[in-house]
Amino acid sequence: MTVATVTDWSRSRPQPGWFMRALDYKPLLILVCLLPAAGLLTVFLTYPLGLGIWLAFTDTKIGRTGQWIGLENFEYLLEDPLFWKAVFYSVFYTAVATFGKFALGLWLALLLNNHLPFKSLLRAIILLPWIVPTVLSAIAFWWIYDPQFSILSYLAVDVLGIRTTNFDFLSTVWPARWSLIAANIWRGIPFVAISLLAGLQTISPSLYEAALLDGSTAWQRFRYITFPLLMPILAIVMTFSIIFTFTDFQLVYAITRGGPVNSTHLMATLAFQRGIAGGELGEGAAIAVSMIPFLVFATLFSYFALARRKWQQGEAND
Amino acid sequence: MTDQAASDTPSSATAPAEQMAWDSKARRVVTLYLPLACFVIILLFPFYWMAITSFKPNAELYDFKTHNPFLITSPTLDHIYKLLFETAYPRWLVTTMSVAVGATFLSLLSSVLAAYAIQRLRFKGSQYVGLGIYLAYLVPPSILFIPLATTVYQLGLFDTPLALILTYPTFLVPFCTWLLIGYFKSIPYELEECALIDGATRLQILRRITLPLAVPGLISAGIFSFTLSWNEFIYALAFIQSSEKKTVPVAILTELVSGDVYQWGALMAGSLLGSLPVAIFYSFFVDYYVSSLTGAVKE
Repeated sequence: MTVATVTDWSRSRPQPGWFMRALDYKPLLILVCLLPAAGLLTVFLTYPLGLGIWLAFTDTKIGRTGQWIGLENFEYLLEDPLFWKAVFYSVFYTAVATFGKFALGLWLALLLNNHLPFKSLLRAIILLPWIVPTVLSAIAFWWIYDPQFSILSYLAVDVLGIRTTNFDFLSTVWPARWSLIAANIWRGIPFVAISLLAGLQTISPSLYEAALLDGSTAWQRFRYITFPLLMPILAIVMTFSIIFTFTDFQLVYAITRGGPVNSTHLMATLAFQRGIAGGELGEGAAIAVSMIPFLVFATLFSYFALARRKWQQGEAND
Repeated sequence: MTDQAASDTPSSATAPAEQMAWDSKARRVVTLYLPLACFVIILLFPFYWMAITSFKPNAELYDFKTHNPFLITSPTLDHIYKLLFETAYPRWLVTTMSVAVGATFLSLLSSVLAAYAIQRLRFKGSQYVGLGIYLAYLVPPSILFIPLATTVYQLGLFDTPLALILTYPTFLVPFCTWLLIGYFKSIPYELEECALIDGATRLQILRRITLPLAVPGLISAGIFSFTLSWNEFIYALAFIQSSEKKTVPVAILTELVSGDVYQWGALMAGSLLGSLPVAIFYSFFVDYYVSSLTGAVKE
């Protein structure tokens, strides 16, 4: 008994339990570390992705398991003018909105890259549209696009006097389509601008100085220095932007719900309308699956753009 | 897109002329401050309009002739009062908050472990796991919600907030993992080696060395996940049916929009209140948002 107290010179360190020691075995530790993420992604991402593709070939309805019907859903969709309208508008919406976002976003990034007072405050303000829930700002746009009490109509008719009648934003086909694109561009500018600004800030000023000494014009400096060096980040940001614009749902669902006369349906909203609201899960899944080729194309685009420079972590994640 | 760059210089680009153009104040106002002011006004106007509408009495709201619509003459709290005491709005806020917190916690936990395994416990094929997680981020919710609805139904989670807490990590985990891999990369590996020599276990290293150094990254990932979960719409719309379990964005659109006459005052008040928590949160952590958006490692 006394021996024990004598030999106890230093407090014995608490030995880690068997579990902790087992975790020091590297393969097990790797397995344990990857398990939660891999489990969540398998059950709620990989499995549903496969299930979605399977559902697209069945006639499943809500509350009834479906039979394998082969390509019938797709054959039906190929002859459905509404589906083609949605494909057309999805592509059109993505193309125009992406162009607008990048043109204006790049311009804004170039403006912000100057020496400005209150720069960080300005940056914080500009990012605001991107932080606020899309549906909530979409409702604000819905109110701005109101047929009777639109503030834009008030400006044009009563203040500036350039029109005699109110704007008709959402009740005819093309104005509704353009109004949605405008709202999408409004929401997308901050993300593009701030990401590109980060890219601009990595470009060394000495390159511009050297070019200036060589007598370059501003356009030449933009064309031969800024643009090529911005290209890698531009490609990543654009891929993300294209993917998330093409699969957009919230904006259209909140503002027009696909109307007037189904002219503003995107593929995602059409899939929701048929699949969840209409109960035709199989057909909805077929519409959703039809989006995959477009997304694969955008991803490959990203991959080859990325292959030029080494991977950049975190950058451009939405 | 190139106007600014192009218009900086006069057409004849001789060196002294350019020098003068560079310093010219008027030019700076036209090419820089004016467009910037337009951008800020356009980007902020919907919020101003949202805020001003929620405090306007109906008489002013629908009468532009006698009241200037850009100002309020007699502000009122009617819309907000109505929202808070005559609808289930507080309840929706609580649901949204708890779903966002739950999903954030879950995804942060699993992505810290995954990022640590991929970046620090280098193993054969770790880069492919990283690539897989990156690809998972490219799968948008719009193509997943139909099969996910059936999965959620099969698991007996339909119409419960738990369904949202478990499905939101599908887009949060890839993002957070990717962000944290970048942060872990910036921490010197020697620190971990020292601890390893001192007899620390791998988990002790993670807890005592790596995580404290990666706190800025954790905050970035956390606030980002919180914001994304707060903003999520399509899953919440598809998986939740009962009115009292809806999240704020869904509830405003499906519960407050009723009939043909829209209560714009209440709708805008709802949108304003739904945006405020995120906006306040955002104002405290602006730098983290910017750094996580751009992947820059601070500290």
